[in-house]
Amino acid sequence: MTGREMRQLAIAALLFAAAALLPFSGSGYWLTLGVSIAMFTVLATSWTLFSGPTNYISLATAAFFGIGMYIVAAGLDRLPFPVLIVIAGIAGAILALVVGFATLRISGVYFVIFTLGLAELVRQIVAWVQNVMGASSGLYVLITLPDPTLYWLLLALAAIVFLIGWLIGRSRLGFALRIIGNDEVVAVHVGINTARVKVVLFVISSTFASITGALVAPRWSYVEPSIAFSPFLTFEVVIMALLGGVHRLWGPLLGVIPFTLLWEFISAKFPAQTTLLLGVSFLLIVYVIPRGVVGLVEDLLRGGAARSAAAERIPGWLKAVLQRLRIGHA
Amino acid sequence: MLDAAAKPALQVSEVSKRFGGLVAVDRVSFALAEYEVLGLIGPNGSGKTTMLNLITGALKLTAGAIRLYDDEISAQPANAIARKGIARTFQIVRMLPAMTVIENVAAGGVFGHARRWGGELEDYAIGLLRRVGLDVRPDTPVTALTYIDQKRLELARALASDPKILLLDEWLAGLNPTELRTGIKLVEALRDEGRTIIIVEHVMDAIRSLCGRCVVMNSGAKIAEGTPKEVLADSEVIRAYLGADDA
Repeated sequence: MTGREMRQLAIAALLFAAAALLPFSGSGYWLTLGVSIAMFTVLATSWTLFSGPTNYISLATAAFFGIGMYIVAAGLDRLPFPVLIVIAGIAGAILALVVGFATLRISGVYFVIFTLGLAELVRQIVAWVQNVMGASSGLYVLITLPDPTLYWLLLALAAIVFLIGWLIGRSRLGFALRIIGNDEVVAVHVGINTARVKVVLFVISSTFASITGALVAPRWSYVEPSIAFSPFLTFEVVIMALLGGVHRLWGPLLGVIPFTLLWEFISAKFPAQTTLLLGVSFLLIVYVIPRGVVGLVEDLLRGGAARSAAAERIPGWLKAVLQRLRIGHA
Repeated sequence: MLDAAAKPALQVSEVSKRFGGLVAVDRVSFALAEYEVLGLIGPNGSGKTTMLNLITGALKLTAGAIRLYDDEISAQPANAIARKGIARTFQIVRMLPAMTVIENVAAGGVFGHARRWGGELEDYAIGLLRRVGLDVRPDTPVTALTYIDQKRLELARALASDPKILLLDEWLAGLNPTELRTGIKLVEALRDEGRTIIIVEHVMDAIRSLCGRCVVMNSGAKIAEGTPKEVLADSEVIRAYLGADDA
C-alpha cells in the first residue's frame, strides 16, 4: 500500500467518524435527513459500482430493495431482525445471479428496459402472492429501530460499500470492468470473461440494495408492494448517482447530499408543486452540469477551462492536486 | 515453406462461415507453421477479416475446425481463445479511449495468455512501449496519439499477452510512406524474434518483404497459396484483383 493510499483511507475513516457523531447533535430533524442521506449513499454508491464503469444502466434497484424490505416484513414474527438482514442479502444476491446470467448478454437500451421490467415483475408477483395468501395487501413491520441505531447501521453499511469499491478499484476485477466499459470487444479479445465480471459486480451491487431495504424496513410500519418496489426510488438513485458523477467512488455521495437537501427544501416550501419543481431541477441539472458535481469540481479546480477539456490540457501541478483529492478509483 | 514433419501451430480445416444466404468463408484450409509469417491477401470483401474473426472466436464457424497446436479452439469463446495464446489487432484501430497509454498496453497483459499485475505489469508494459517505438509519456491519454502511434499501441497491447500467434489485420494500412517503412521494420523485428504471425494486408511491398508464404482468398474461397512471388504471378489471383479482361 502506498503512502497516498494510506492517506486516502485515513481521510475516509475520519470523515466516517465525523459523520457518526451526528446523532449526538440532538436534532431529530437533521438525524432524519442523515438517515435518508446514508441510505441513498449506500444505494447510489453500490449502484455505481456496477453501472459506473460498465455504463450498463440498471433500473432494478427497487426490485432488490423491495425484496429486502419484504423479507424483513414477512419474517419478523419467526426470525430475529439480524438474521433476516443476512437472508435479505443472500436472496438479493441469488436473484441478481439469476437475472445477471439471463440478461447481461444483452446490452444498451435493452438491458435498461429489462431491468425496469424486472422490478415491475417482482412487484406484481409479490402483490399476487399476497392476494392469494391473505386478505391484506400489505404487511405490518412491528419492530422499532431507533433512528440513531438505524443511522449507524446505514453508515457502517456505507463504509463497507466504500471499502469494497476501493478494493475493487485497485484489483484486476476493477481493471477488467473499466476495460469492458471502454470497449467490450477489446475486453473479450484480451481474455476477459465479460459475462462473469459483469455478473459478479451486479451481484455485489444488488446485494447491498437488498440489505438496505431490510435495514430500513422498520422505518415503514406498514409495507406494501407499491411502497417497497416503488420505481421512484430507482429513479432517485440513478439521478443522484449521475448528479454526483459515476467515475469516482465518492462521486455519488456528492449527488446524494445536495439532492436530499434540495428534495427536503422543495417538499417543505412547495408541498403542492414538489414533483413539478423536482422535474425542473432535473432538467437544469442535466443541462448545466452534464458531467455531475465531480465534473463541476474538477472544472473549477481547472480554473473553469473548457468543460470537456481533455486531460492532457491539465497542467502538471493541477494534476498533482487532483490526484491528491481523489479517494479511490485512481 | 511448411515443413511436413513439423506440427502446424495453427491448422484451419475446411472452415466455412455463412451469414444467412451469404457465404463469407467457403471451405478454406491452410496451416501456419511455428515461427512462420503468413500473408492472408485478397480483394476487399474476400473474407480475410471474417477468417481472422473465426480464428479469434469473435465469430462462430458454420462448419470446419480450427486447431491451435493440439487444441481444437473452434467451439470456444473468444476470451478463452485469447487465453490460449491468440492475440490480434483490429482493422479499424480499437483504443480504450478513457484510459492512458500505459493502461491500454497493460490491458493486454492481465487476463490473457501471459498474466502479470502490479509493478511487474507496469515495467513490462513500459518495455513494450519502447519495443514498438512509442515514445510518449505512459500517462498520456490515447486521444492525444497520432494514427501510427495508436497502431503501435494496439500492437503493444496484443504483444502484452505474449501470444503464441499474432494476427495483424491491415496493421500497415493508412500509413504514409515513411511510417510504412517503420511499420514493416517493426513487423520484421517481431518475425526475427520468433513470433508466429498472420498478416492480412493490401500493401504488397509489406507482403513481399515479410511473408514467406501467402494464402489468397477471393469471394470467401482460397484461390492460391505459395510464396508471394508465385501467387502474385498466378493468373487467377490477377483476375481476382484486376478483373477478367486484364488477366
